[in-house]
Amino acid sequence: MIAYLIRRILYAIPILIGVNLLTFALFFVVNTPDDMARMQLGIKRVTPEAIDKWKQQRGYDKPLFLNTAADSAGIFTDTIFWHKSASMFVFDFGYSDDGRSISYEIAKRMGPSLAIALPTFLIGLVVYVSFALLMTLFRATALDMAGVALCVLLMSISGLFYIIGGQFLVSKLWHLVPISGYAGGLDSFKFVVLPIIIGVVGGIGSSSRWYRTIFLDEIGKDYVRTARAKGLSELRVLFTHVLKNAMIPILTGVVVVIPLLFMGSLLTESFFGIPGLGSYTIDAINAQDFSVVRAMVFLGSVLYIAGLILTDLSYTVVDPRVRLS
Amino acid sequence: MSKLLKVDRLTTRLRNGANIVDGISFEMAAGETFALLGESGCGKSMTALSILKLLPDGVENSAGEIRLGDTALERLAEREMREIRGGRMAMIFQEPGLSLNPVMTVGAQIAEVLALHKDMYGDAVLVRSIELLTQVGIPDAARRAQEYPFQMSGGMKQRVMIAMALAGEPQLLIADEPTTALDVTIQAQVLQLLRETQQKSGMAMLLITHDLGVVAENAHRVGVMYAGQIVELATREQLFAKPLHPYTQKLFAALPDAQRNGHTLAAIPGNVPPLGSIEQGCRFAPRCDRAWALCREQMPELFAVPGGAEVRCHLYQATGGGKNRSATATELKQTALAARPESNSQNPLLQVEDLKVHFPIRKGLLQRVVGQVRAVDGVSLSIAQGTTLALVGESGCGKTTLGKALLRLNQPTSGQVYFEGALIEGDAHRNMMQMVFQDPYASLNPKMRIAEILEEGMAALHIGNDSAERQAHIDELLDKVGLARDSKWRYPHEFSGGQRQRIAIARALAVSPRLLVCDEPTSALDVSVQAQILNLLRSLQQELGLSYLFITHNLAVVEYLAQEVCVMYLGRIVERGTTQEVMRAPRHPYTQALLSAVPRIDGAGRQYVSLGGEQPSPANPPQGCPFAPRCPQAMAICSDKFPAMTHAKGGTHGVRCHLYSAEPN
Amino acid sequence: MSFMPVILWSDALVFLLIAAIVAAAVHVRKREHLMLPWKRVARSSVALVSMLVLSVFLVIGLLDTLHYRAALPQNGSEKVYSPEVLSAFDALVGPLRTHTEKTYSAPFALHLYAKESMRDAQDNVVREYPRLQYGGTHLADEAERDMDVLQRALVGMLAGTLAGVMLSWLLRRRYTQPALTIALVLLAALIGTIMNLSAAYHVLGTDKVGQDVLYLSLKSIRTGLIIGTLTTLVTLPLALFLGVAAGYFRGWVDDVIQYIYTVLSSIPSVLLIAAAVLMMQVTIDTHPDWFDTSASRADMRLVALCLILGLTSWTGLCRLLRGETLKLREMEYIQAAQAFGVSSMRILSRHIMPNVMHIILIALVMDFSALVLAEAVLSYVGVGVDPSMISFGTMINGARLEMGREPMVWWSLASAFVFMLVLVLAANLFADAVRDAFDPRLNRTEGQA
Repeated sequence: MIAYLIRRILYAIPILIGVNLLTFALFFVVNTPDDMARMQLGIKRVTPEAIDKWKQQRGYDKPLFLNTAADSAGIFTDTIFWHKSASMFVFDFGYSDDGRSISYEIAKRMGPSLAIALPTFLIGLVVYVSFALLMTLFRATALDMAGVALCVLLMSISGLFYIIGGQFLVSKLWHLVPISGYAGGLDSFKFVVLPIIIGVVGGIGSSSRWYRTIFLDEIGKDYVRTARAKGLSELRVLFTHVLKNAMIPILTGVVVVIPLLFMGSLLTESFFGIPGLGSYTIDAINAQDFSVVRAMVFLGSVLYIAGLILTDLSYTVVDPRVRLS
Repeated sequence: MSKLLKVDRLTTRLRNGANIVDGISFEMAAGETFALLGESGCGKSMTALSILKLLPDGVENSAGEIRLGDTALERLAEREMREIRGGRMAMIFQEPGLSLNPVMTVGAQIAEVLALHKDMYGDAVLVRSIELLTQVGIPDAARRAQEYPFQMSGGMKQRVMIAMALAGEPQLLIADEPTTALDVTIQAQVLQLLRETQQKSGMAMLLITHDLGVVAENAHRVGVMYAGQIVELATREQLFAKPLHPYTQKLFAALPDAQRNGHTLAAIPGNVPPLGSIEQGCRFAPRCDRAWALCREQMPELFAVPGGAEVRCHLYQATGGGKNRSATATELKQTALAARPESNSQNPLLQVEDLKVHFPIRKGLLQRVVGQVRAVDGVSLSIAQGTTLALVGESGCGKTTLGKALLRLNQPTSGQVYFEGALIEGDAHRNMMQMVFQDPYASLNPKMRIAEILEEGMAALHIGNDSAERQAHIDELLDKVGLARDSKWRYPHEFSGGQRQRIAIARALAVSPRLLVCDEPTSALDVSVQAQILNLLRSLQQELGLSYLFITHNLAVVEYLAQEVCVMYLGRIVERGTTQEVMRAPRHPYTQALLSAVPRIDGAGRQYVSLGGEQPSPANPPQGCPFAPRCPQAMAICSDKFPAMTHAKGGTHGVRCHLYSAEPN
Repeated sequence: MSFMPVILWSDALVFLLIAAIVAAAVHVRKREHLMLPWKRVARSSVALVSMLVLSVFLVIGLLDTLHYRAALPQNGSEKVYSPEVLSAFDALVGPLRTHTEKTYSAPFALHLYAKESMRDAQDNVVREYPRLQYGGTHLADEAERDMDVLQRALVGMLAGTLAGVMLSWLLRRRYTQPALTIALVLLAALIGTIMNLSAAYHVLGTDKVGQDVLYLSLKSIRTGLIIGTLTTLVTLPLALFLGVAAGYFRGWVDDVIQYIYTVLSSIPSVLLIAAAVLMMQVTIDTHPDWFDTSASRADMRLVALCLILGLTSWTGLCRLLRGETLKLREMEYIQAAQAFGVSSMRILSRHIMPNVMHIILIALVMDFSALVLAEAVLSYVGVGVDPSMISFGTMINGARLEMGREPMVWWSLASAFVFMLVLVLAANLFADAVRDAFDPRLNRTEGQA
């Protein structure tokens, strides 16, 4: 088990190096720092001095990979790559354009992101699985058809409209909760309840339909027929036999996103003014703050890989055939 | 005798109309084994599922009565039916590997039945589950109960299925092809277990099978099914002494064995008709060589003939025309073919020396090789021009790997292959050897026309100068394998299994090879179609002077087709010789056990050599003789040293066994 | 010539795509077994109706793809063309595009949505809702509006129904499903009604700068379709070649390809797209000299967005194809080909690729709606299409800012919502029908005669 974990973490390193090189190439090779400076400072009236100053402030005035002017280790370390990309491996994300520590911001904003994302995830899972089980139980009846039709309808609506519609109805028309904002502690409830509900409703269509397909796949298998031949009731077949087996494909898609919950949701957070990582990212995109975007890309892939490892671990819980060795 | 189960005019149909089971009636007494015999698609499994009311979605029971004791099953509500299922009636299925829940321990799966039907809880359940597992012959049952299905072998899983069925102490056990997915030695174990259990508990068994041998050894009475109907209903003795229905007669005649060696098998032309395609007349009429006008107009009724058996055939009805015909036609048509060539050639066509195919087992971070799967472990054999060598063994013994290694479909680890005395290396021999595969549904690309399929090999090996020449050759090939020429413009899905196998044979022949490696070419086919293919292979051999390496687990086919036999166990050949020698006087304990495990239709009292356990994994073969752990005659030396090949008088019959070593040391 | 045809990059790619589809259709029509699943699709009335709806969208999108620059009236011998790039669609709907009010106005309104200072008959300055410049100007009396709307709607509906009935009569040989006929007539009636009404009113109101919302919605269709289809031009070859190669060759080829797609898929897709789009923006912004019109600039951004979406979204399909190829390469017909010494390239093209086509097709139709939805989100986040390009995303983005206005400006949002819903729903339903018809697991019994 421990050996397996160590191996998986070692496997992750080349992937992260790849992510790192890719972002580096994207941010510094496709466009030179000069291009970025020119764009940020306005294309027309920009002087070479202003560009140099902009680059110096952000540490972009060094060579990309090799600093021939420096001595010994500095050849490699005194470069943009070393300072901006390699340093991410120790979670040193540097500073954003407005001079704040990105690591500090991330730490501060994870909480609010999680306050929305985690309940959405948990409640969502319960709702989707229950709905899918219901459709499966009544498969090939009018109820099932109606459920599937509802799912297709719901998944054809853009996520933007769930948020806009929810805000309009609940906050604006019925004045039940504030339209947006956030507060710490218990006060946060009235701010997070609407985003959570909208998050759950928004996912019903695609998730329930997907789970239903998984359940139906399982129901067609031979062991289900054996269970019925034992005289088990349809409900017991569904809950003790089918559900247990269906957990395996369901976990594949579900566990991997758990670490990513820290990243929050771009849309929800920006619409509701939640000071989480999602709105941080979207603000950075709008302000074209490349350091923040770079940091979030790296953080995102670290969390994704953590999710993959977590998925493997979760298999050992639900699938006796999987032994990690 | 009181009737336990009474099925009366049972009809089951697809929701869109076609009848899958069409008016089936039969009765079963307590303690009796009734076999439903039929080829795939005849509706025998659907009959079983109808009795349990477990029909899949889209199939429904439309008429008929089913009575279990005094209970009329068709009137029961689903809730009451659940009491019966697993309680008074239990069922075991064909695929033990798929029929158990993979994520529940086998103990828990048995416990479910006990809790449901026997109201047992707590420790009593555990005790009883272990008792049941012991009863079905699972050693160390207490530990095994805690295991998951994936930790068990196929035979073991089927035993668990039986234990699960027995848990409810059923009056009736429905066994749907219970041994079809198992190897022949395991099949013998499981069938014996079923017979013993039945004797002890006195339950009745509805045995569903396509295998006449299984019927001969297990059933008291038999219903022969064809296209959704019972066409003949008789006791075992009646059926095997004198089959009445032309279909049943043909089934017997289509079975290959040594007596028919040298004769054409009586294959049934055509295929089982698709569901609901025949509206009127006898369902078998289109394939029956004794059908006359009445057969096509009027469906015969099932009625008793003198002697007690019942048959659904106009031949036996008291109508004038039929009787005369039957007298002449009951004789089976057997055409003796020209004497087969002697295996006289001193220079073998193919010679294999010490061939090994090992697959590395990789593990760990750097994928280090930590072991080898010794799929083929030092095999030597030779095949003479124009003869057939049968390679016999159970699944996992490496016989297919060996065949594919000859064609370089996997890389041999070591050893040499000589073709006409010349060492084969690389791709040079592609036009000398070709292969016919097991599954005719998987061996033809569904997206290519037959002409394209047949032309592919010619194009790859630059045979034929231009397209016209190749097309002419394709026409010739289709003639040879007995297909219409215009079928080359069609796609594989338009053909039946047997026709597809003909196409696969034509494809292999397209490059005019000298040797065909046939990898279980008939195991996916029904008996009647199998006979067609075997006949074809035999006549092609005579016509073209082909040699065959015939890979099979079916010993009856071996006797019919092969001149020489090699018996393989765990990657090695343990016995070799002419068919006569090996099949009539087997020397190796494994061969003896293998032969004794095959159920025979002649009912000849055979000496059954019980074989414990199952074939070990080739990744971790036992020390010494690989068969030693299962061998009833194992000695100390067997687990020590792998025996050398010992040849008996004359030198053709060789065996690798310490029993025959000149001086065991 | 009074106009000069303009072929923007996206137009060229659309033409390429159409050529590919036509070629594929010709190929399929000649082969019975390839037609079989399509016939199954055609048997589903849901599929036919959604295809009908989709084809209306497609026609609009295609008309909007035929771009040109009109000639300006000029005295001299040399012709000068307007810098404004228009499309055949713009020319067809003429007044819808040119009838621009000052600012917001509600659907069927006769007055603007904002008060303005104006002089009344007595020359006093009053704050009033001014009369619209174009909407309903033919009315002498404002009170007649409701009657007039009703009358025009009825006339339009009648004409539309008539056209629909005629059309379905013409098609009676090929399509006999009653559902399709009903849908065709209803759709024709709806189109007739809207056409007749939009000649005199702003049916869906106007936006902040007075543009007709119906026009904007119709123009958004092309953007959505382009994103949904052109992306596949990038995804498809990448996923197909890499996935099939990884699955067939295994070994180091597989390792490298798996590494690449694990790296790409480990980055959350929105972030990866955002990063790539930001960089693309820098490139475009620092090279203004590359583009001669603003339309071609916006268009290049659209094409680049498709490219980025494609480059970031091929991994899923690639993984799927790799898995399927791994299964296929063990099939006996592949081994039979190997036994003849057929070359790897030939095995890939003759055996593997035709047998993974159904997966590709299912993935493509399923992705289409996801991409249309993604465009709206990305444009909202600010990494979508050029702000000057009309799209559902930019429409929603613009309208959202007016959410807080009292009374609310709802019509832009509502029409973007309805248009997107209809497009995506139709696409989803069609995709389902295609999946049902092509997925071999779902029709195992058929075709094995």
